[in-house]
Amino acid sequence: MTDEQCSLFEPGHRACGGCAAALAARAILDAAGPDTIIVSATGCMEVFSTPYPETAWKVPWIHSLFENNSAVASGITAALKKQGRKEKVIALGGDGATFDIGMLCLSGAFERGHDFVYICYDNEAYMNTGIQRSGATPYDASTTTSPAGKCSTGNRRPKKDLPAILAAHGAPYVATATIAYLPDLKKKVRKALDTEGPCYVQVHAPCCTGWGFEGEKTLAIARLAVETGLFVSYEMENGVVTRVKKVVRKPVEEYLKEQRRFRHLFRPKRNDAEIAKIQAIADRNAEKFGIDINLKK
Amino acid sequence: MIMPLGLGCSSRPGTSRVNRTGSWRTFRPVFLRDKCTKCRLCIQLCPEGCIMEESEGFPVPDYTYCKGCGLCAEECPAEVIEMQKEEK
Ligand SMILES: Cc1ncc(C[n+]2csc(CCOP(=O)(O)OP(=O)(O)O)c2C)c(N)n1
Ligand code: SF4
Ligand code: SF4
Ligand SMILES: [Mg+2]
Repeated sequence: MTDEQCSLFEPGHRACGGCAAALAARAILDAAGPDTIIVSATGCMEVFSTPYPETAWKVPWIHSLFENNSAVASGITAALKKQGRKEKVIALGGDGATFDIGMLCLSGAFERGHDFVYICYDNEAYMNTGIQRSGATPYDASTTTSPAGKCSTGNRRPKKDLPAILAAHGAPYVATATIAYLPDLKKKVRKALDTEGPCYVQVHAPCCTGWGFEGEKTLAIARLAVETGLFVSYEMENGVVTRVKKVVRKPVEEYLKEQRRFRHLFRPKRNDAEIAKIQAIADRNAEKFGIDINLKK
Repeated sequence: MIMPLGLGCSSRPGTSRVNRTGSWRTFRPVFLRDKCTKCRLCIQLCPEGCIMEESEGFPVPDYTYCKGCGLCAEECPAEVIEMQKEEK
């Protein structure tokens, strides 16, 4: 039997068809293997995978609250250490759970230096409660709490740079990854698990329901985020960026125009000024991380 | 001191299988074998994890759980997966 076939994450879960978070859960467990304990915050992944009395998980899995996800993981990690056990602990949370609600405990756990991995599947809003903006929602995305309309072009604030914040806690390994490149995602999860101390992996996970695209396009959208420079896939070791995925960059509108959350930038009429601001975000990313591959003419 | 934990509930591993999500499907992925290169990409990217490899190495979807999302058909490099409307 192959890795994929002795799955630790079973079908029958209630994720929307084409959900990147479901795919991320599978990939994370493929990389982590059976000797893993999962601690889960509230959110789509928790809700769709564990409608009582069922669960899709085949490893020990515990859900408590949003606020104390990292505290529960810290406690389990400490107990395992005391008992001399070797299981790995992964705390999982959505972007709302991670960037906003669970931030206090996450910061505490990283500062105390527990040996666990925190993985955020980032679908860039509070999806399970109906698409409210979070600290991870990108600039100009329309959500139910940042609706685009006559007086607004959507979310007014840029995405919080959480990987940098956690690296500043002294985390030995911080990485961003995407479901667009599963082998890379699995490698990073493995590396985080094999690195001692608190490590963080942020997985870009497009949500067809919340972003407004067909489920069959999930991987295509995830690739476009990388190819436009709006999402940068990189690794940071001891606070220093050590690896970056380089691309031949595409204009940001190729990514934006595929999604309902950015539709107001194109209809009823094209908003060049706002599209230019988003292009500037991608340009800054490209410069900061050096992602551009310049093809010789 | 060990205190009994009187809160919470538990479930048996993998019990989500009782939920046959195949009933959600509007379109059915049909795998045409002739041009399939057995690259296994579809097996890895199905969010349900419901594509299996049969004895000859060809992928086969489990229609009990396949939601018909179309991701496998969209991504197949050999374009051998066809989405066909379900007849119910
Ligand atoms: C303390 C608390 N506040 C609010 C909620 C309601 N709630 C349940 S799921 C959810 C959305 C979580 O968003 P995110 O972490 O981004 O995960 P997603 O659903 O997007 O995958 C919210 C707000 C809750 N369960 N507990
Ligand atoms: S709302 Fe989005 S994240 Fe939640 S199950 Fe559906 S596709 Fe997945
Ligand atoms: S259509 Fe979707 S759920 Fe069905 S086999 Fe293909 S990827 Fe899996
Ligand atoms: Mg979210």
